[in-house]
Amino acid sequence: MTVLLVLIPVALLLGAIGLGAFLWSLKSGQYDDLEGAGERVLLEDEDDRPAR
Amino acid sequence: MSCCAPGNEGIDDAVTGRSPEEIRLASRPLGNGLYQVSFAVPGMHCGACMNTVEKALLQLDGVERARANLSLKRVNVQWRGNGVPPPMLEALDRAGYRAHLHEAMADEGDAMLRHLIRAIAVSGFAAANIMLLSVSVWSGAEDATRDLFHWISALIALPAIAYSGGIFFKSAWGALRARRLNMDVPISLAVILAFTMSLYETINHGEHAYFDAAVTLMFFLLIGRTLDHVMRERARSAVTGLARMSPRGAVVVNADGSREYTEVQKLEPGMHISVAAGERFAVDGSIESGSSEADCSIATGESAPVPISAGSTVRAGTLNLTGPVTVVASAKPRDSFLAEMQRLMEAAEGGQARYRRIADRAAEIYSPAVHATAALTFIAWFWISGDLHHSVYTAIAVLIITCPCALGLAVPVVQVVAARRLFDAGIMVKDGGALERLGECTRVVFDKTGTLTSARAMVANAGRIDRDAMAIAAAIAAGSKHPYSRAIAECGREHGMVFDAMTEYPGLGVEARLGPETYRLGRAEWALREAGEISAPVVLSRDGAFLAGFEFTTALRADAEEAVLRLQALGLAPEMLSGDRTGIVAALAGRLGIERYAGEVLPAEKLERLETLRIAGEKVLMVGDGINDAPALAAAHVSMAPSEAADIGRRAAGFVFLHDSLLAVPQAVGIARNAASLIRQNFALAAIYNLLAVPAAVFGFVTPLVAALAMSASSIVVISNSLRLRGAQVADRTAMSTHRSPSFPKHAGVPAE
Repeated sequence: MTVLLVLIPVALLLGAIGLGAFLWSLKSGQYDDLEGAGERVLLEDEDDRPAR
Repeated sequence: MSCCAPGNEGIDDAVTGRSPEEIRLASRPLGNGLYQVSFAVPGMHCGACMNTVEKALLQLDGVERARANLSLKRVNVQWRGNGVPPPMLEALDRAGYRAHLHEAMADEGDAMLRHLIRAIAVSGFAAANIMLLSVSVWSGAEDATRDLFHWISALIALPAIAYSGGIFFKSAWGALRARRLNMDVPISLAVILAFTMSLYETINHGEHAYFDAAVTLMFFLLIGRTLDHVMRERARSAVTGLARMSPRGAVVVNADGSREYTEVQKLEPGMHISVAAGERFAVDGSIESGSSEADCSIATGESAPVPISAGSTVRAGTLNLTGPVTVVASAKPRDSFLAEMQRLMEAAEGGQARYRRIADRAAEIYSPAVHATAALTFIAWFWISGDLHHSVYTAIAVLIITCPCALGLAVPVVQVVAARRLFDAGIMVKDGGALERLGECTRVVFDKTGTLTSARAMVANAGRIDRDAMAIAAAIAAGSKHPYSRAIAECGREHGMVFDAMTEYPGLGVEARLGPETYRLGRAEWALREAGEISAPVVLSRDGAFLAGFEFTTALRADAEEAVLRLQALGLAPEMLSGDRTGIVAALAGRLGIERYAGEVLPAEKLERLETLRIAGEKVLMVGDGINDAPALAAAHVSMAPSEAADIGRRAAGFVFLHDSLLAVPQAVGIARNAASLIRQNFALAAIYNLLAVPAAVFGFVTPLVAALAMSASSIVVISNSLRLRGAQVADRTAMSTHRSPSFPKHAGVPAE
């Protein structure tokens, strides 16, 4: 059962990293213009950093 | 260059909101002389458009940053300058995109959406992890391991519930303090009690814990809540993003002759206001000097332009057509015609305010029923078995299993799908309540000018006019903003002619010189040496000799006839109430086959008529556009307005349609009825679920495993049923495309030329 003591924290940590990444991407405005972001990929002279 | 050929957007050139002062007033200072302003660019459809728009703006001196948002069809610009903005709208015009100022108020709505999405993310994370641990418990984890898993679940659930559940707790607390019940009361109770009981069980090494149920419940309900919010936000920003009809400010002429641009709120009676041709009057007043013609259609419903000269009174919101005039304000903006209409509107506060949303009505029956069942379960078990712990446990299980998860999703999912379909058809919904009310309508009342007829005039005898005369007339008319001139200009657009000189005489017409010849286009008495018995309101003459006469009709709005037929087929009896002259109204009613109509109706009389209909038990859909319709729009059970409507009207209306075609009305009714029947089905499904689950819970058969399965299954069934509304979409779209107006070019979907 000691394996649980390692695996459960690891699983929770990975999940928390995913959650943190989502919250960060939300905060940095990456969902503000989903259609526009898709189109910008195709533009030649485009600065592709997110807004702000 | 661009794939989507932004064409003539059909928005009046004369609409205000385009002067540098207006842009300055709408800009938000960011400090350091930097300003931020937002424009709505409805013609932006693809990456190439976005690129063109940004480049056009960035080329201007003083523009620091321009960022287009394709999803919202908006562009944010940061500019620098000594209070004078760069000519941004002109630059966009040159690039081929019609843009107008966007109200800078969307920020607070965004903050709420972000909060909801964060809450979903947190509860989703918690639900997934607790569910994993629960699966191992259900698969037979033993004593110590089970306790450990329960403890970990509790540790994850507590912060998740505290953070994500706050939205429900606040709303429930608010309702309880107002001595009312809403859906959030049983939700909050179920979540809190489930958590408390599970914690008690965990501490006492119990077998069953409901942490997973509590968190999954919140996760599902937050999805419903967010969808509801997204729909309202989207519609709201689309409606506020349209061009404004009432000016933000006016040019005041001071006693020393100096001119100053002043905000509307600061205008006082007695001020002298200069109004250029093509601007709207900001306040009620009387003309001091100058003569012109006014387009009163938006204020009174009258279709023909009215001549105005010194001494005439004008109403706020009407459009000055041909000449510059000076007006002495006779009332403060808050006492003017527009404000009077606003008061009538507030007093009317009809169907919309009385109406209670389906979900609220359901909650008022559902919540007491659920709480009573739980209480009875507790009493019955305690009376039979005398086991306090088991009685409480079963009662809480009843609360958990009856938590209105499916009910919470039943309405918003359907409404979001319906709103999406309406959005695709160019119809904006203000809120879900309007959608519910539209489905109930039994009768439709139309305004005439601007609703059934297009606000623009049309040359009636274009086919019988000589081609050369037409070309000359069109070339002369092209320089004028008078509605008749525009109608003539539209008839002969392809012929180009250049004149040596052109002068517009307010109230008379336009004179053009070409070499030795003088052409006049205007009133017969003025244009001709001898007027004779020419009845045409506008004639073209060369050196005083008659060349051609023009007669006008108001064009029907696109597909008006078919829309009326379809509404009749849907069982909605049409009726027409107009401020225009009775003769004109009767003629139009005959043409459209509308049996009930009335002309020369005042705003208050429109209200009375709606009230009579309401008392007779009719649910009225009001379709109108003018300032004079606004009180009626507010009083009706539900209302629709075209996007060209006065902003007061758009604000009062539950729906705003963007395309020219009146088919939007029957289409919206169809979708609303479809949505209403799906909502009823969803309620039926939720009821069936409860009929099966509640007895099981009351008799104590509900373990956490059963609860998790039952709740998820019922939610998924309801969501799948709601998504059926999308099924009809394909057929519906092809029907729409044949009637699409030229003023809103449909995106071809191909990003290349």
